[in-house]
Amino acid sequence: MTHADHTARLPLPALAADRAQPRARRRPAIVGPRLFILLSWIAPVLLVVIWEVLAQTGFVTPQVLPAPSKVVRTALKLATTGSLLEDLGTSLLRAAAGFIIGGTIAFALGILVGFSRLAEALVDRSVQMVRAIPFLALLPLVIVWFGVGEAQKIFLVALGVAFPIYINTTLGIRQVDPKLMELGRVQGLSTRQMITRIILPGALPSILTGVRYSLATAWLALVVAETIGAQAGIGFLAMDAREFLRTDVVVLTIVIYALIGVAADSVARLLERRLLAWHPNFGGAGR
Amino acid sequence: MSAPLLAQAAPAVRVAGLTRAYGDRVVIDRLDLTIARGEFVALLGESGCGKTTLLRALAGLDPIDGGRIEAPRKPAVVFQEHRLLPWDSLWRNVSLGLPERGARERAAAALAEVGLGGRLDDWPRNLSGGQAQRVALARALVQEPELLLLDEPFAALDALTRIRMHVLVKDLVARHRPGVLLVTHDVEEAIALADRILVMRGGAIAAEHRPPEPGRPAATRATLLAELGVENDLPSA
Repeated sequence: MTHADHTARLPLPALAADRAQPRARRRPAIVGPRLFILLSWIAPVLLVVIWEVLAQTGFVTPQVLPAPSKVVRTALKLATTGSLLEDLGTSLLRAAAGFIIGGTIAFALGILVGFSRLAEALVDRSVQMVRAIPFLALLPLVIVWFGVGEAQKIFLVALGVAFPIYINTTLGIRQVDPKLMELGRVQGLSTRQMITRIILPGALPSILTGVRYSLATAWLALVVAETIGAQAGIGFLAMDAREFLRTDVVVLTIVIYALIGVAADSVARLLERRLLAWHPNFGGAGR
Repeated sequence: MSAPLLAQAAPAVRVAGLTRAYGDRVVIDRLDLTIARGEFVALLGESGCGKTTLLRALAGLDPIDGGRIEAPRKPAVVFQEHRLLPWDSLWRNVSLGLPERGARERAAAALAEVGLGGRLDDWPRNLSGGQAQRVALARALVQEPELLLLDEPFAALDALTRIRMHVLVKDLVARHRPGVLLVTHDVEEAIALADRILVMRGGAIAAEHRPPEPGRPAATRATLLAELGVENDLPSA
C-alpha cells in the first residue's frame, strides 16, 4: 500500500510546475507532498546509518550483524567472482516454474468451478478442505514424496500459488454484475462472447488480486523449500553461509529475497494498472 | 400519421393472451397487445402493475406461463441503468453483439447520431448520466431493431436532461422507425412521446388513449392521472 501511495505522488511535482502562475499558492503545493516523501525516508535511512556506526565501532560484532557496507561489498564480490547470479537465476527459475504450473492449474479449476455448479459440487469442497492446511505444514510429506530435489521445491511453490488464484478466480466470476450478464443476453451474445466480453473482464480485478497474493506466497514457499537440501539457489547460499558463520552473506540473501518480493509486487501492480485502466480504483487518471 | 395506416403496417410485435405468474400471484393476465413498426407506445401504470414484467417477457429475459409473443426479430432494450461495460471503450460498448467486420464504423455512426461522435475511445466512467444513457440508446439502435423496448430509461436523469433525451429519442425513432414500447410512470413523458398511451392495471391493459391535440394536454393528463389512481385537484382546462 505504501508503494502505491508513493508512485501516486510521483507525477505531482510536474503537475505543480504547470500551474506556476500564482506564486503565493505554489509553495505549499510543492512542499507539501515532497516534504512528506522526504520525511518518510528519514527513519529507514537513519536506521541504516545507526546500524553502520554500531558495526564500525565494534559495538555489534560482525558475527551478529555485519555492517551494511560490508554486505554491499560481499554482494559485489559474490556477483563478480562467486555464484550469486547463478544462484539467483536458479531461485527465480524455481519460482517461475512453480508459479506457472500452480497458477495454470488453479486458474483452470477456478474457471471451471466459477462457471459450473456441477464442477463446484465435485471440486470445491475438497479444495476448501485442503486449503485449511497451512501449505508449509505439508513440507515433511512433500519431502517424502519428492525427496529434496527440484520437484519438491517447484511443487511447494505451485501449492502455495494455487489457492489464492483458485479462490479469487471463482470469486471474481461469481461476482460479475448479473445486470451486465442480462445485457449480454439482450445483445444476443454467444456463450463464448459472454465469457470473453463480460465475465472474464468483470472477474479480472479479483483474478489479479489473486495473482498478487500468490506472488507473495510463492516467494515464501521458495524460501522454505530452498532452506532444505538445496544444492544451488539463494536459500542454498544462505544455508551454506550459515555453516561458516558468514553473516554478511546471510544478510545479503535476506535483502535479495526482500528486493525480489518488492519487484514481484511491482510487476503485479503494473499489470493491474495496465489491465484495469478502466477501473476507478486502479486506473489513475480519470474523472 | 393516421391510426388505420399504423394498424395495417407489419407489426413489430404481437402479443396474444400473455400470462405470467409468480406462484399464485398472477402478474400478467391474458394480455393482448400489438405494436406496429414505427409506432411509439407508452405504457403507464402504478408500481407493481406488471409493466416491467411485460417488457422483460417481450425482451425474452423472463419465461412466460401462457399465451404467445410473435416478434420477427430480437428486440433491443434500454434499461433504467445504462449498463455500459466499464472495461470497454464507448465504441466497443455500442458494438457489443455486432459482427466484428465494420463494427467500429457502425458504432461511430450510432454515437454520432446521439451527439457523441468524437468520443469513440473514451471510457464510460467519463460520461455524465445523460451521456451514458445516450450511449445505451446508440447501442440499442445500432442493432437496427424492429422493436425497441425502453424500461424507464430516463427516470434517473435530471429534469432538463430528460427533456433533451425526449427530443433525441423522438428524432431517432422517427428516423429508424422501430416499434417502441416505453415503460414509464411519468404521464408527461408519455404525452410528449407516444402515438398511443396504454394504462396497465391488474396485469391487463385497462385503458388506451391517443395523445392529446397540441395545446390541450390538460384533459388527457387529468384522465390518465385518475386512471393511475392519483387524486386530481388540478383545475380542468
